[in-house]
Amino acid sequence: MAIDLHRYANPARFLRIMGAIFPWVAISTAVLLIAGLYLGLFVSPEDYQQGDTVRIMFIHVPAAWMALSIYTMMAISSAVGLIWKHPVADLSAKAAAPIGACFTFLALVTGALWGQPMWGTYWVWDARLTSVLILFFLYLGYMAIWESFDDPSKAAKAAAILVLVGVINIPIIKFSVDWWNTLHQPASVATMDGPKIHSSILIPLLVMAAAYMSLFMSLFIVRVKSEILARRLRLLQMNKLQE
Amino acid sequence: MSAFYALLKRDLRLAYRQGSAVTLTLAFFIIAVTLFPLGVGPELAVLARIGPGVLWVGALLSCLLTLDRLYQADYEDGTLEQLMKGPLPLELMVLAKVAAHWISSVLPLILIAPVLAITFNIVADGIWVLVLSLLIGSPVLSLIGSIGAALTVAMRRGGVLLSLMILPLYIPVLIFGVAAVEAAISLLAISPHLMLLGGLTLGALVLCPFASAAALRLAVE
Repeated sequence: MAIDLHRYANPARFLRIMGAIFPWVAISTAVLLIAGLYLGLFVSPEDYQQGDTVRIMFIHVPAAWMALSIYTMMAISSAVGLIWKHPVADLSAKAAAPIGACFTFLALVTGALWGQPMWGTYWVWDARLTSVLILFFLYLGYMAIWESFDDPSKAAKAAAILVLVGVINIPIIKFSVDWWNTLHQPASVATMDGPKIHSSILIPLLVMAAAYMSLFMSLFIVRVKSEILARRLRLLQMNKLQE
Repeated sequence: MSAFYALLKRDLRLAYRQGSAVTLTLAFFIIAVTLFPLGVGPELAVLARIGPGVLWVGALLSCLLTLDRLYQADYEDGTLEQLMKGPLPLELMVLAKVAAHWISSVLPLILIAPVLAITFNIVADGIWVLVLSLLIGSPVLSLIGSIGAALTVAMRRGGVLLSLMILPLYIPVLIFGVAAVEAAISLLAISPHLMLLGGLTLGALVLCPFASAAALRLAVE
């Protein structure tokens, strides 16, 4: 039993901390989402060229940011899991994957809906769109590999290797609009010279980004918690069978 | 180093004596490529337009056919474990097997590609660049594929998962490979594309053996 205690000492502390944080992120998700949507859909001015369709941006851009950040976070925690054999690190990468896949899907779909009125087509095979599509496939492959191993610790390592190989795609997505001349516009918020867009649009955008971030945090906490509990349940069942 | 060559020779001899895998891959490549003129119609202008892409995609899919057997036979009869206990570092063992795979199942595709390119009405300059781009870029296919093969080696139905994991990572090679041929056809500079392909190959040559070896250790432990 000593080994078990040692193994679950950290997850227990993790669960306690997450339990304390959870109500706050849940509340902030609700407040920020309502505020961000209100600011974005009603307060911010409409674009002189794009009209009301510009408001798709408040859904689309933060989702794309989240898609990239979640994959990066998964890569970091997978590396931590591989190097220090930290069980919570593997579980947190696993828990983040479906959320990241959903944000990627959201970015792709809203991008297509925005592309139809603006570019005249739902989809173009330019560098940014293609590389985000690849990111979506990488998320799917990652989730598939978790499902195809019986032994969770082996699955964790295999998935970690895959996610670290795929991390090459992240800088390609980030800089695709600068390296290649594409239809998708270049970066206009996080540039070296500061944001290039007016504060009336920038503020709702940042509020939405914060809302997505806390939405991710609250979903993530629920998922990691259930992963840890499921693993503990499995262990208890196995112990019971052995008796 | 002698262990490296011994393993390379053994794998090549196995591929040569079994024979069927090489001919089947070649046959698949030819048939898959032949389907396109039947599917899109025989206009020569259209075929010349899609030819480079079709040949590259065909080579990529044919390469995928043999990848799932890269380590599997050795894993099943226990040879892999013996090899891992031997003096050769696992990363070099991966390189030897990848080199054998490239020579035995990708090189024949490259040799037959010019003939297929002629049937696709690609101009002579384009054909040479196609062969060159395949020669420079296709080692990436075997190298990245070895990671997928190592990750799925212990699975019963690893083939489908292998394609889901590997094909997204093949896309950069495909893009630059086809771009080089199209540049040659429209008389533009080809060296930037070939250099990028070369860069991909060198990068994969350094990184992939480590990832592949890590995955193999995981499967065998």
